Amino acid sequence: MTISIRQTRYILQENTLTLVAFLMFLSLIFLAIFGNAIAPYDPLETNSAIALSPPSLQHWFGTDQLGRDILSRAIVATRLDLGIAIAAVFLSFFIGSILGVLAGYWGGWIDNIVGRAIDTIMAFPLFVLAMGIVAALGNTVENIIYATAIINLPLYARVIRSEVLIIKKAGYIEAAKLSGNGDWRIMARYLFPNALPVMMVHISLNMGWAILNAAGLSFIGLGVRPPTPEWGIMVAEGATYIISGEWWLAMFPGLSLMFAVFCFNLLGDGLRDSFDPRKKT
Amino acid sequence: MSKHSTPQFILQRLLAAIPSAIGVIIVSFIMTRMLPGDPAAFFAGASATPEAIAQVQETLGLNKSWIEQFFIYIGELIRGNLGVSLTTGQTVIYDLVTRLPASLELTLAGVLFAFIIAVPLGILAALKPNSWLDHLSRFITTAGVSLPTFFTGLLLVYIFYFLLGIVPAPVGRLDLLSSPPEHFTGFYLLDSLIRGDFNLFVIAFQHLILPAITLGIFALAPLARITRASMITILGSDFIRLAKSNGLSPEKILFTYAFRNALLPIITTMGVVFSFLLGANILVEKVFAWPGIGSYAVEALINSDYAPVQGFVLTMAFLYIFLNLAIDILYGIIDPRAGF
Repeated sequence: MTISIRQTRYILQENTLTLVAFLMFLSLIFLAIFGNAIAPYDPLETNSAIALSPPSLQHWFGTDQLGRDILSRAIVATRLDLGIAIAAVFLSFFIGSILGVLAGYWGGWIDNIVGRAIDTIMAFPLFVLAMGIVAALGNTVENIIYATAIINLPLYARVIRSEVLIIKKAGYIEAAKLSGNGDWRIMARYLFPNALPVMMVHISLNMGWAILNAAGLSFIGLGVRPPTPEWGIMVAEGATYIISGEWWLAMFPGLSLMFAVFCFNLLGDGLRDSFDPRKKT
Repeated sequence: MSKHSTPQFILQRLLAAIPSAIGVIIVSFIMTRMLPGDPAAFFAGASATPEAIAQVQETLGLNKSWIEQFFIYIGELIRGNLGVSLTTGQTVIYDLVTRLPASLELTLAGVLFAFIIAVPLGILAALKPNSWLDHLSRFITTAGVSLPTFFTGLLLVYIFYFLLGIVPAPVGRLDLLSSPPEHFTGFYLLDSLIRGDFNLFVIAFQHLILPAITLGIFALAPLARITRASMITILGSDFIRLAKSNGLSPEKILFTYAFRNALLPIITTMGVVFSFLLGANILVEKVFAWPGIGSYAVEALINSDYAPVQGFVLTMAFLYIFLNLAIDILYGIIDPRAGF
């Protein structure tokens, strides 16, 4: 554990941009946990007297068409948006890792089936597939998570599989086999943990993408329902008012989305640089 | 690495695409069965009586086994029967075919915009790695890929329509007063030029520019990155050093020698980006009321009209497979080393 803390510190010192990204990440986590407590107003409380008022000292981000405080809504939404993305990424990481390790280690028919399934998913434009899945399974938040998980599955399965193909030829795997470890033990104890560092980069980049994907789905009216505060829906609701000049309705939730995605993309880039200096972008 | 002729190579690629196509049809079949509502009601249409639905159920063979149903489904697909849209009252295939050019024109314009901006950025970054220009280009492209397309679109509308007033309102491909040009390609820019209507061309162009930029911004990052990476690799290679020591001018080395070789990975990435943007299109079309297949599917989805959604997913998947195939083949023809 001490090693990983030291490593983290090393990575952060090496690259200021990554440090900034890490601080952004911490602030997102903080908002996700304590958002409900620090939001200045009730995110659902309407007040038609102050509807559509521009940013002011009382309402830093202004109010929406029902007079709700946009700052409070944007803060409270952090938990839902991050939650959807984290759940989806975790699901696809979990299932993708199992499939990838099995396919890479055993090859043969398992590899063929997994490969075909992945090819099929990748034959669709991913956002379109996600849309179709949510339409077929039903319009709920859980199904947004499943859809996002399914379209990200190929990434994890493929990366893990190719890592396993390399690692399983290493001497210490041979040694582990010769000293009597079973297949399952080798996969769980030696192959999977050694493929993990590479996965961290993908998880980070993928988080940003999962957030965009989920917000995109709710922007077109799938998943989260109003009046729940969620960045994608808030932008969608604000879209009508952009043409008449009430820019703050869509602007602040949009910027929050961008902040979150930018954070994960920067983090991913930074991690990639430190794990693999050759691939420096 | 046996030497195959080009037709053989193309045939090989075509065969390799078949499993994906079968997979797509299976997924789409499962989707029809899972979608809420009765598939028979889809095919029968909105105003169908219960008797008519029962009859369609009979002809569709919904009382038969799953395997039989699957082959019946394929038969319907081959005949181009994707059902009837409850919202427009037209057959889904008709709606998709009439709306597809709008989406393609938008996507192509977006890819073109990204190419024009990203490739010079990538080349400049490659000439001076780790300079301020390199960092700036990296920052711009990362920011571009972090922007939700629907948000970028709204932001651009606010700046260029509301504040500056230099583009028309986001109401689709043309303003309300103009009528579309005679149909040749379905691309308004081309069609208006073919008819020689320059006014209409300008109107179509004004409406296209913001959505195209919105889409293009999202594609800057991958294109700029691959340009930079492949230019750096090639600029460091032996034949460039030879060209330099032979005293060729820097422009000649950069464009004739380096860029032409760097173009191959860029083309591959362009293809990937194009198919990716086809998916991202849905959101941009919604923002700009663009009458393409994406906004068609979204509208249908909101109205719980599932036949168009399913037709759309299927069309997109086949477009996607076809595009990847085209890129593969193109790549093999441009670079003989890639053919096998």
